Amino acid sequence: MSQITMTQALNRAIDEAMAEDEGVILLGEDVAAKQGGGVFKISSGLTEKYGEQRIRATPISEQAIVGACVGAALAGFRPIAEIMLMNFVTVAMDQIVNHAAKLRFMSGGQTNVPLVIRTTTGVGVGFGGQHSDMLEAWFAHVPGLKIVTPSNAADAQGLMRAAIACNDPVIFIENILCYGLKSDDPGPGHIVPLGKAAVARAGSDCTIVTYGRTVLDALEVAGKLADEGISVEVIDLRTIAPYDEATVTASVEKTGRAVVLHEAVKQYGTGAEIASRLNEKLFGKLKAPVTRIGGAFSAVPMANALEQAWIPNKDAIADAIRAAMNWKG
Amino acid sequence: MTDTTIDRDKLRDIYTRTMRVARADEKFRSLLMTGKLAVIYYTVRGQELVSAAAMAALEPSDYLVTTYRGQHDQIAKGVPLNPLFAEIAGKVGGTCRGKGGSMHITHPETGVMVTTGVVGSGLPIANGLALASQNRGDGKVTMVCFGDGATNIGAFHEAMNMAQLWKLPVIFLCQNNRYGEHTAFADHTKVDSIVTRAKAYGMAGVHVDGNDAIAMYNTTKAAVDRARAGEGPTLIEAMCYRMMGHFFGSDFSYMPKEHLAEMAAEDPLPRLRQLMLDHQFTEAELDAIVADLDVQMDAAAEYAANSPLPGPEEIRKDVFEEEIAA
Repeated sequence: MSQITMTQALNRAIDEAMAEDEGVILLGEDVAAKQGGGVFKISSGLTEKYGEQRIRATPISEQAIVGACVGAALAGFRPIAEIMLMNFVTVAMDQIVNHAAKLRFMSGGQTNVPLVIRTTTGVGVGFGGQHSDMLEAWFAHVPGLKIVTPSNAADAQGLMRAAIACNDPVIFIENILCYGLKSDDPGPGHIVPLGKAAVARAGSDCTIVTYGRTVLDALEVAGKLADEGISVEVIDLRTIAPYDEATVTASVEKTGRAVVLHEAVKQYGTGAEIASRLNEKLFGKLKAPVTRIGGAFSAVPMANALEQAWIPNKDAIADAIRAAMNWKG
Repeated sequence: MTDTTIDRDKLRDIYTRTMRVARADEKFRSLLMTGKLAVIYYTVRGQELVSAAAMAALEPSDYLVTTYRGQHDQIAKGVPLNPLFAEIAGKVGGTCRGKGGSMHITHPETGVMVTTGVVGSGLPIANGLALASQNRGDGKVTMVCFGDGATNIGAFHEAMNMAQLWKLPVIFLCQNNRYGEHTAFADHTKVDSIVTRAKAYGMAGVHVDGNDAIAMYNTTKAAVDRARAGEGPTLIEAMCYRMMGHFFGSDFSYMPKEHLAEMAAEDPLPRLRQLMLDHQFTEAELDAIVADLDVQMDAAAEYAANSPLPGPEEIRKDVFEEEIAA
């Protein structure tokens, strides 16, 4: 079976959506052909097909980019804003939090904002404190936003199609380290519905709940622990908000143990919400406390040695699972 | 040169829109004073004519983005009074079923796409509405209204640059009411006039006396025509006065006596009335227009009073397209 990279998958999803609907447009820094089709080449080849009216390279003006996409969305378009790096979304927070997220509600449902904000990030490439953060918890706290982060190429394609088709704003978080990942080619027209987690690996002793790049770490650890006789189930949330509570709760009810894993800073991260919900739903059925693994409580450092110390590592994931297995109360 | 003449029907239209705004504002204030309404309200007293003349230059299908002090813009653009009053009162019969209030009036049928409570945030959004029109070729223009205070926030500058870069069919209407909240213009901005900032973006800019009905209308009309013809955006700086405090009931002792006197002398309502008389409209004709509007205001206030309060189930609706779980 032929394979496809995450870069190709995202490009294909956007290409398909643009071919189907003239209202799908892309705005962002350097996204047009003249500028090379985006810093990460996601929009490569699209200007040639759809023209500069629909693929608009913008000034470095994140508020204006997101604001223009909000306005176009209100007029019935399905814009995609590329915010090159996730830290730069902080410059556009007013448009995202006060406008994109709330206009449907504040208008009593008269208007809506079918907008996708694509953004990328990732620890492990030495970009330092202002180019590496995972800020999904900021957005998960805001009613009205959907948050998606794929862990593999096929899901990236299917989730991007679903995000563009969604009638509400979607923050679509990519990871720089995942662009080259290959999946079996899901073929054209592939759609993965929003709000549905995937069981990335089935198991019976302990559940790892995670999303994005750390799904890869979780799968590797699950493989190793199988040799120790520990059967680990890996849940890939795919959509952080809305949260697929049914899938996660069912898994943890079955295994009785859970470790929540994310790359973002652990403190006040999405893991806290997930652990809390599991306690509310499954208190008394859990065989061990739900634990969390996340990034350290500092800015992401530049030096590779420090980055590796900052990021959740596989040994820590394995240790957390072993600790859950050995919990004596 | 801007035209200094005006069609009589257009003048009557501007007068009617101005007085609809003025009588509504008066009604809101009287409801607040008598305790029949207890909400935050940003009075538009003093800025009635600016919007009336500007909106008279737009088509009903054109888009409008405005700000929390925006009732004049919304009413002049054509938002019907009953749902407007009910929205301000937080009732189910409101434009937004009571979920937006005076700061977030939305009424797509009359082109009112966004009313924002965040200073300056409307400008980038207006660009997007205009971009949609440019791509569709639907001939619509977008107007965005904001005050002088909004011109010192980054969104203004980002949006101005982008609009000119892409020659978007958008009109930036700065209603320079000389105060940003409690801070006088000269204490927040060093240039003499906002319109000088248009030059920084290569954009057409026009400075106009917003209380001169003919100049205000003709200036806006010229900008609308340019935008519709694909010639790009215009920044209009319309000079006016905010004749009361920042929000209704708030202290405005920070306004100097000379400013208050200057403001009273420039009140747009008597000035427009005189202009109408100069154009051979009779007192009786003008009084009849106002009397008819007052009947509408009473009806709108009654409609709002009788409209039910929204139920708690509304909290779960419109967060997303699908209702969220209880």
